[in-house]
This record gives sequence, C-alpha cells and structure tokens, in this order.
Amino acid sequence: MVLALGTGAVVLVVLVWELMRPTLKRAVVRLRSSRAAHRLSSASTRYDPGRERRAEQRARALLRSCIAEDDWAMYRDLGFLRVLGGLGDRDTGARAAYAYLIYPHKPIVAYVPETGELLNEYCVAFPDHSKPYGSARLPQSDDVLAKWMALTADERRLIGEANMHLPGRQIEPDRVRRDVVRLAGWERQRDGHRAGSVRTA
Amino acid sequence: MKLLRMKPGHGEIVLAEGDVEVPQDERRLIEAFRRELDQGMWAAVPTETAGGRREAELVKSFAEVPRDSERVIFFPRAAGGSAPATS
Repeated sequence: MVLALGTGAVVLVVLVWELMRPTLKRAVVRLRSSRAAHRLSSASTRYDPGRERRAEQRARALLRSCIAEDDWAMYRDLGFLRVLGGLGDRDTGARAAYAYLIYPHKPIVAYVPETGELLNEYCVAFPDHSKPYGSARLPQSDDVLAKWMALTADERRLIGEANMHLPGRQIEPDRVRRDVVRLAGWERQRDGHRAGSVRTA
Repeated sequence: MKLLRMKPGHGEIVLAEGDVEVPQDERRLIEAFRRELDQGMWAAVPTETAGGRREAELVKSFAEVPRDSERVIFFPRAAGGSAPATS
C-alpha cells in the first residue's frame, strides 16, 4: 500500500514537472532578458559626468562654428551671449534699441544697451522629450545655440513661444546689471586691444 | 551637406550626410529631414550675411534649405518655461 502510494506520488511529481517545465523555462528566459534590459537601460540613463562633459565639449565646438568670433569670445569669457534686438535691424550695433542676454538654461533677458535698463525675462526651453540619456535638457552650449539660432532667425516667433515675465523672476536683476557692466568693460578692453594692434601694424 | 541633431547627454549627432546634387544622397537627406520634422524638431541653417554677420535661418522643408548649405541643425522646438533658477 505504502509502496503504491509512493510510486503514485513520484509519478505525479514527474508528470507535474513535465507539464510545468516549458512554462518555467519561458519564465526564466523572460526574467533574464528583463534583467538584462534593465541593466542596459540603467547604464545608459545613469548620470555620467564624463559623458556630460564630452557632450558639453561637442556643444561648445558646434556653437563656436556657428557664431561670430567676437560672440564666441564673449561667451567664453563672460558665460553669456548678447544678441541685438530690433527684429531685423541688427546692423546698427550699439545703437540697437534693445538687446538680449542669452544664458544657458536660464531665461533670455531683454535690456536697453544705452541705459542698462532691464526690460523682461523670456522663459524658454528646448526639451527633448525622447530623453535619450534620461534627461530632456540639452548641453548648456547647445541650449545657448538653440536660443541664438531661434532669436536670429525668427525673433518674433521665439518671443511668442516664451513665457514673458518682469525682470527678477528667475535671474537676480543685480546679477544681470553686473553682467551688463562686465560686458561693457569687456567690449572696451577688446576694442582697446584692437586699436592697439592696428597702431602696431 | 550634413544633417545634425542636438541631443541631451551627447551633443550633436550626424543624422545624414551627402551631396545634394547626387539624387540618391538627396533622397536620403530629404527622408532624414522629414523624419526630424515629424518628431517636432525645428531645423536651422547657420548662415553668414554679405556684411559678415552670422545668423541662422529656420526652415520648414528641405526645399527651403539653400543648396550650398553645409549644415542643417535640428533641435527640439521651443516651449515656454525654464528650469527654476539655481543661482
């Protein structure tokens, strides 16, 4: 009796095992592949300072290749770009009625070059919703280039897309005023160097 | 001509490259161009005016791209709003 029950139990276990084996096998394969995919995706989305630095270096090279030499020097030395406003009449230089300061990942600030008076902040971003490395933010210099291209190509459209605020919403007005002063000093120095090199020549 | 796209965490990538005067290349460039626009990207062509001023031109179709352009740069379309200040 015991022997018969034991044999029956063994047969039952073997039968259940045979029935379950394909399902278990598939489950194990699924588990392994999902773990591998998870490892892969977390490796590509994990914050990697080296990758971010390389991305920024590429972005700086692209920015430099697109803008004028003086503008590149301004960005390199001061950390922002100035674009003269005027909806098409940028050849007037310092007499432009207004201008923009472009900061990386910060609002564009409009101001009056003659007086330094701050006009508005234009909050605008260029989010890449595909988030290739887990973030929608472009490298800093790509953000500056995107703003510069959009402003110089179609100022009205970019300003239309932006959220307009009074100065001080996101960037300290004192900081912007200091930047305007720094920019004026930087331009004087650069003009002085130019005049000096012309005299020497 | 090169089609470039700005990419978070990477910088620009080359989407397609070719000679617009070669029909096969041009087809490839047009396809890549449309794909980016379909994804909601803006396309800009860096230019230089006769006076030497650098600027950019936004284009909405491949036909608008000047034939002698070296690059078209795609970037995500502008959206109102910006990250909170950290300074």
